Amino acid sequence: MSKSKEKLVEVRNLKKHFKVGRKQILKAVDGLTFDIYKGETFGLVGESGSGKSTAGRTIMRLYDATEGQVMFKGKSVHGKKTKDELKELNQNMQMIFQDPYASLNPRMTVMDIIAEGLDIHGLVKTKEERQRKVNELLKIVGLNEEHANRYPHEFSGGQRQRIGIARALAVEPEFIVADEPISALDVSIQAQVVNLLKRLQEERGLTYLFIAHDLSMVRHISDRVGVMYLGKMMEIAPSDKLYTSPLHPYTRALLSAVPIPDPEVERKRERIQIKGELPSPINPPSGCVFRTRCPFAKDVCAKEVPAFAEYRDGQWAACHMHDERFKEHFKSDLEKIQ
Amino acid sequence: MKKVLEVKDLSVSFHTYGGEVQAVRGVSFDLYEGETLAIVGESGSGKSVTAQSIMQLIAQPPGEYKSGSIILDGEDLLKKTEAEMQHIRGQEIGMVFQDPMTSLNPTMTIGKQIAEGLIKHQKLSRQEAYERAIELLHLVGIPNPEKRIKQYPHEFSGGMRQRAMIAIALSCNPKILIADEPTTALDVTIQAQILDLLKRLQKEMNTAIIIITHDLGVVANIADRVAVMYGGKIVETGEVDDIFYHPKHPYTWGLLASMPKLNEIKEELQSIPGTPPDLKAPPKGCPFVTRCPYAMKVCDEHMPPYTNVRNKQQTACWLLDERAPKVEPPAHIMAGGLTNDE
Repeated sequence: MSKSKEKLVEVRNLKKHFKVGRKQILKAVDGLTFDIYKGETFGLVGESGSGKSTAGRTIMRLYDATEGQVMFKGKSVHGKKTKDELKELNQNMQMIFQDPYASLNPRMTVMDIIAEGLDIHGLVKTKEERQRKVNELLKIVGLNEEHANRYPHEFSGGQRQRIGIARALAVEPEFIVADEPISALDVSIQAQVVNLLKRLQEERGLTYLFIAHDLSMVRHISDRVGVMYLGKMMEIAPSDKLYTSPLHPYTRALLSAVPIPDPEVERKRERIQIKGELPSPINPPSGCVFRTRCPFAKDVCAKEVPAFAEYRDGQWAACHMHDERFKEHFKSDLEKIQ
Repeated sequence: MKKVLEVKDLSVSFHTYGGEVQAVRGVSFDLYEGETLAIVGESGSGKSVTAQSIMQLIAQPPGEYKSGSIILDGEDLLKKTEAEMQHIRGQEIGMVFQDPMTSLNPTMTIGKQIAEGLIKHQKLSRQEAYERAIELLHLVGIPNPEKRIKQYPHEFSGGMRQRAMIAIALSCNPKILIADEPTTALDVTIQAQILDLLKRLQKEMNTAIIIITHDLGVVANIADRVAVMYGGKIVETGEVDDIFYHPKHPYTWGLLASMPKLNEIKEELQSIPGTPPDLKAPPKGCPFVTRCPYAMKVCDEHMPPYTNVRNKQQTACWLLDERAPKVEPPAHIMAGGLTNDE
């Protein structure tokens, strides 16, 4: 479904480190490089603590990057900016948050919440225009005019998430970062919100960075998916390829862990169990960060950080298993998984 | 198979400033030895309240048991005193909660929390209880149990805490284990580990499990039987294959259709329009009537009776009445290409 090859967002070796305690450093995001093309949905998945939300927030400039660059339409997102430059950037990039209960100001009416961006960016001149615009937005997200003068507490979770989406759309951005926009919602409501996001993308040519831990939903909505683990990108691939022929053992294990709502399939399925739990990001393993849980780990994995390279058309991975230099070591493993 | 628990016509309400919330409205089901019953539903469907009622964990007030009975070993748990219930909790029925971060006591070592029940219920000495605690931690797959029992919950990761919770719940060999969203707060890789653990322990100990979840993937993975709850009522119940391959209730259809499946791709997800009913003023008839695409006049007025569909499958829907028009479930919900055979 990739509509173009025009790069909208370019992320280059992005790092975000947090200081914890006096001397320790938590490397939440540690060297991400990827592009997001215009009009596509790029899904970012990973377990909690993988750094996916931090990545999203750093791309949005909600956090300052420790190192590396984010380019939006060829211009750097980070670094010193004049007020006008910043305003322009903020208008073009918007965010939808995970928790619809915490991300709306309880003391503002829906009208004021949605119109806040319009006011800041001076997009409406008169009161009537403001009202008309808000009503229009409410209609787009499936709410109605009467809702404009109510407060967030009067709405259900799904409705609140629609308000959050209307707020993000108000300033007509090109790029939206959706950080787990549906995790707090019930299954039947999740589908409503996902369908809404898809429809809006088609109508307005929006580009999404869709952050989630629910792999089945990510597959459903994304054109390409990036898999993160301990602050690093393990694999990037077109959505169908990632699911049908994953390259990285972590992707494989992650997919294998997702229960499928079909009892027959579940009974026949053989799971790739990965041992143990996520190591501490403060003191990550040497070499490949996944090696402590990887069923195929060899000596080389501890010694050398695997390169992030394109091993198949459009499919990138950071794993020694597919590296020509080490292929010998993994020969039997590669046969096994084929 | 032996029946270990029988819930009959259970109704639970909460008295709030806004009025009486009828969270559970006439729920009945049986639980058999060694089986896993999954109760599925959205938030507010009454699934957690049902589970907590079995353990008598509903605070009164604001809660109130309006009617019904919960029969364990021929005795009604709703008539027990608090002292009697304390004997049953832990000893006869164990419970695992959703959030392993908040359901353990942060000021007690893990060992002490496991030993607590053993000393009280099984009358073990302190020494014996700690030895058994080490065995239990080993059983649930925690490495270094000798060291781990001296640690506090904050030194455990989420998955390890949930394992410890399971160890506590199973410490006295209960007949029934109630797991209320046991994997919702965990990552998928850890979820897979915990589900496997529950299945292995069930085989070894022949415990009956009630698992409360909203994730149909988890249901397909672990359940033998399923009860689908909506608006405080069980709308459909049956064996897991019947619920997934021959669902009869429009709500079950909607639920199955709104889940994306990892093994197939669909252009658009079917969503169920609207929102669940307000249980302060629940609909007189079927709770799903406002969102049901097939709703008829009768649905507004009368709650449909349970119709025996097949095996143990029972569905509360007027569409199954012989006077109702024939409605085929939407073809795309049928998992794995199986078609409706009737």
